[in-house]
Amino acid sequence: MRLNYPSNVKIIKVPCTGKVDVIHLLQAFERGADGVYIAGCLEGDCHFLRGNLRARKRVEYTKRLLDEIGIGGERLQMYNMSAAQGPRFAEVAREMTERIMTLGPNPIRAKKGEAEMETG
Amino acid sequence: MNKEEIKNPASDKKVGAVMVVGGGIAGIQASLDLANSGYYVYLVEKSPSIGGVMPQLDKTFPTNDCSMCILSPKLVECGRHFNIEILTNTQVEEVRGEAGNMEVSLIRSPRFVDEDKCVGCGVCAEKCPVKVKDRFNEGLGERKAIYIEYPQAIPLVYQIDRDHCRYFIKGKCRICEKLCKNEAVNFEDTEKRYALKVGSIILAPGFELFDPQLKGEYGYGVYDNVVTSKQFERILSASGPSMGHLERPGDKKEPKKIGFIQCVGSRDLQAGKGYCSSVCCMYAIKEAVVAKEHSGEVEPTIFFMDIRAHGKGFDDYYKRAKEEYGVRFIRCMVSKIVEMPRTKNLRVTYINEEGEPVEEEFDMMVLSGGLTPSEDAGALGKRLGIDLNQYGFCETSQFSPLSTSRAGIFVSGVFQGPKDIPETVAQASGSVACASGLLSESRGSMVKGKEYPLETEVKDISPRIGVFVCHCGINIGGVIDVPQVKGYAESLRDVVYAEEGLYVCSQDFQELMKKAISEHNLNRVVVASCSPRTHEPLFQETLRETGLNKYLFEMANIRDQCSWVHMRQKEDATEKARALVRMAVANARLIQPLEELSLEIKNKALVIGGGLSGMTAALSLADQGYEVYLVEKEAKLGGVLHDVYYTLEGDDVQSHLREIIERVEADPSIHIFKGTMVVDFSGYKGNFETGLMVGPGMFYRKLEHGIVIVATGGEEYKPVGEYMYGEDERVMTQLELEKRISNDTPEFSNVYSIVMIQCVGSRTEERPYCSRVCCSEAIKNSLKLKELNPNMNICILYRDIRSYGLMEEYYTLARKKGVKFIRYDLNSKPGITVKDGALKVDIKDPALGEDLSLSPDLIVLSSAIIPKENDELATLLKVPRTQEGFFLEAHMKLRPVDFGTDGMYVCGLAHSPKLISECISQAYAASARASTILSQERIHVGGVVATVNGDLCAACLTCVRVCPYDVPVINEEGFAEINMAKCQGCGSCASECPAKAIDLQHFRDEQILAKCNALLEEAV
Repeated sequence: MRLNYPSNVKIIKVPCTGKVDVIHLLQAFERGADGVYIAGCLEGDCHFLRGNLRARKRVEYTKRLLDEIGIGGERLQMYNMSAAQGPRFAEVAREMTERIMTLGPNPIRAKKGEAEMETG
Repeated sequence: MNKEEIKNPASDKKVGAVMVVGGGIAGIQASLDLANSGYYVYLVEKSPSIGGVMPQLDKTFPTNDCSMCILSPKLVECGRHFNIEILTNTQVEEVRGEAGNMEVSLIRSPRFVDEDKCVGCGVCAEKCPVKVKDRFNEGLGERKAIYIEYPQAIPLVYQIDRDHCRYFIKGKCRICEKLCKNEAVNFEDTEKRYALKVGSIILAPGFELFDPQLKGEYGYGVYDNVVTSKQFERILSASGPSMGHLERPGDKKEPKKIGFIQCVGSRDLQAGKGYCSSVCCMYAIKEAVVAKEHSGEVEPTIFFMDIRAHGKGFDDYYKRAKEEYGVRFIRCMVSKIVEMPRTKNLRVTYINEEGEPVEEEFDMMVLSGGLTPSEDAGALGKRLGIDLNQYGFCETSQFSPLSTSRAGIFVSGVFQGPKDIPETVAQASGSVACASGLLSESRGSMVKGKEYPLETEVKDISPRIGVFVCHCGINIGGVIDVPQVKGYAESLRDVVYAEEGLYVCSQDFQELMKKAISEHNLNRVVVASCSPRTHEPLFQETLRETGLNKYLFEMANIRDQCSWVHMRQKEDATEKARALVRMAVANARLIQPLEELSLEIKNKALVIGGGLSGMTAALSLADQGYEVYLVEKEAKLGGVLHDVYYTLEGDDVQSHLREIIERVEADPSIHIFKGTMVVDFSGYKGNFETGLMVGPGMFYRKLEHGIVIVATGGEEYKPVGEYMYGEDERVMTQLELEKRISNDTPEFSNVYSIVMIQCVGSRTEERPYCSRVCCSEAIKNSLKLKELNPNMNICILYRDIRSYGLMEEYYTLARKKGVKFIRYDLNSKPGITVKDGALKVDIKDPALGEDLSLSPDLIVLSSAIIPKENDELATLLKVPRTQEGFFLEAHMKLRPVDFGTDGMYVCGLAHSPKLISECISQAYAASARASTILSQERIHVGGVVATVNGDLCAACLTCVRVCPYDVPVINEEGFAEINMAKCQGCGSCASECPAKAIDLQHFRDEQILAKCNALLEEAV
């Protein structure tokens, strides 16, 4: 569909969101990502049955961790969409980018005095 | 290559080779399915390269996929397949012999370039002094007298156009000959005649677009800015004459107002075209949408009679074109076009829906030309002695839509009747099942095996990475600075080689890649291009051919995820492409070769659903030599076909149904389970296990099989609560009417007036799709009633009449016999009341703008087709469905009967509403696709699976609990074990394992973190 979305969104492919580990998310923030979101199948429609439900739990857990350490859980989000929802994909990319723009840079990065924006 | 010699296998046996005539998408699909199921293929194409019409198209509806992009992998697979011999510039002259053993005489016209010597470098064409109007660009561009048709052409061999070559005309030049380093040019090349032996022939000669010069009122060929729909495709295409810039041919100005005229050479008795071409409404809508995407300024208008959006997802596309893209639709016929002398704009005269004459000026007009069988195809048909209909399409019957009148010769694609790409592909696969059913005893007798070089050991060798960056024509190169990305790749650690290419997927670039791999000792390859979804297998195959394990490949998706979606931010896109390449290289450093396990295949099939489609698929599989389990939920076979009595064409459905049930029940290879439910399901292609509860006793039975075909069917929607259905017995559905007509014919001599209402439950808010068959169903029953009682007054209230293809003739006939067709809009649906015991239908006729009141004896509702209850089955089989509950195929265009999961197929009404003949074609198609697995002895599994490091495992059972497929077990040694044949590769266990003892191969944590770090390298 070639729907336009912000170019700061870059995708790391995993076979299933069930593969996404807490450590992956934390390390992304540690390395300076301003925001991370996970795009999984619609709930109840996981290609691997329930990987997306596991991912949601991990994301919820990681959000709490991020809140505790001052990075802020709102920088991390789980989204569910189907392969047929191209427009939704673009909408989410814009939505998340706007959210991160409002929040400003990742505090880890801000501390190091850089302002470049990056969302993974 | 010595084609003069006649291949002569043992003559008493059927020949295990098939000839496919026509190298378009149908011929390509048929060749691939044949070659992948054990037959040697001669693919005969009259032009210099295969591909047919698809390479000329820009996008395809309804997904807007790039036509070339989805075709290209198939082209390449065809071109490199060991068991497909492509014979270009070749025509069939004569066929002797009988089904199973035929001798085909061929004529090959000279190419004047040696196929074995030409490498397609193109130096000859660069220097050739002669420019010729380019057929591929529909005359809008120019090519040289020595040329290839298009950059991805297979075979990639140049050809001299004898009619335009300076040497052939004037006797001197021969520049190309002098320049060719390989001495491939051969002016002495001559016509060659030879013969080949085959067991069967599949005809797929395709079509031509109606010549719009025959409709003089539109000024085609006279006015600069009147173009055909195919010319417009080229104008829109990135590889077209204007490099994808939307401009009109006359003065290169960007057009704003573009008009499309439908039915040019379709539904036109005066032009001798009494049929509907089936695809023009959709392609015009697509062209309008794509034009709008090119430039928001464009105002497209489509002049039409009925919008025929009768395929899966089509009505939704139509709706979006109207509502989201603002495409204007005007229901009328344009009477004439006049060019304005100064502006070269076009003044269009038409009668609007209110009946007033209107004149409107357009910048450009597009004529939606109909599909007609090519003259060559007609001549071929005559030479082969097969029956053609009055229009020159191949004659077939409703119950054997793929068989010509000559045994052993099958047909697919538009030559059989106008149709779109998915139907063409389904027919192509279907005709393979027919040929394979005929030749199964000789399967494997003529094929050659494919040998790969031994895999190079790379485990302990430091990475040497090659990066190949693709321009994808201008898809990538027009947005991203490809040379800069290539240069950046070169600067990355461990990258020892980088190169860029116009189309990295083309056969010539693949050769270049192979050369680079061996010359530079590359042991990891990164391609930055389109999408792994379509192209990963192609590149992996190239790696294998050079002795590299196929997993040593990584793709950076710089088109679908970059240039296409950041088209207007070129600098940002280049920056992102650099990051994506950096990430891919970071991952490439860590990827490891993976071994695949070779497993035996269970050569049995499971067909779920015993209706027409399921039974047809089962019979076809049995004919091909496989054992079949046929599972039917009901107590009897036949499904919804029990309610259909005759076809539009007059065939007796019930006798055919009885015949097919008898054949299925008598076939020793088909094991039938009636009254049976599927209760569990597991496994993978080649090795599935399915649990059944078998009726009537409901005992449990476990089946092992290699493939699954889902043919669970559909049914007529019972519109209770609509139009007084269920409240008044004089209101009934079409199938109920059909039953009454068939069972109680005399009843209808007392019926004087019938109103039929179309789109009941279809094309509504709740069910937005078109049920495809109801228009022809209404026409069918009307004609039947007119036969019984010629004075009967029949009114059909419709929204668009969708009697697509050859069925249009019956629509014409119905009108001739006095059936009245009155249109209504969705927002003023017919109202039904009963007054003094009499039925009354009130309707607003939008054509006349008047309120009409009808008093019929009966009201017949053309009710939607809905899928049979399939929720539980979809969950068990883990296969997707559309919002409407029909099963969803792997790809709308080119994989119409495959599920995304290998070894699983769908056909018939379970896929979408369709006619009997279409169900049969699809059932055959599913059978042929299944045979590509069932015909193999072994398959390879493994690769991306989870593995356990026993030393770290604490046997905590987390993985056992987490795995959605119950694969991990604790073994005798006390640690978790994961069966690689069963593992689906989701990686859930790897993420949950507290000891980090499990890794998902190819997606190891180390790799994901490396990608992540590479992405953020420049962030902190």
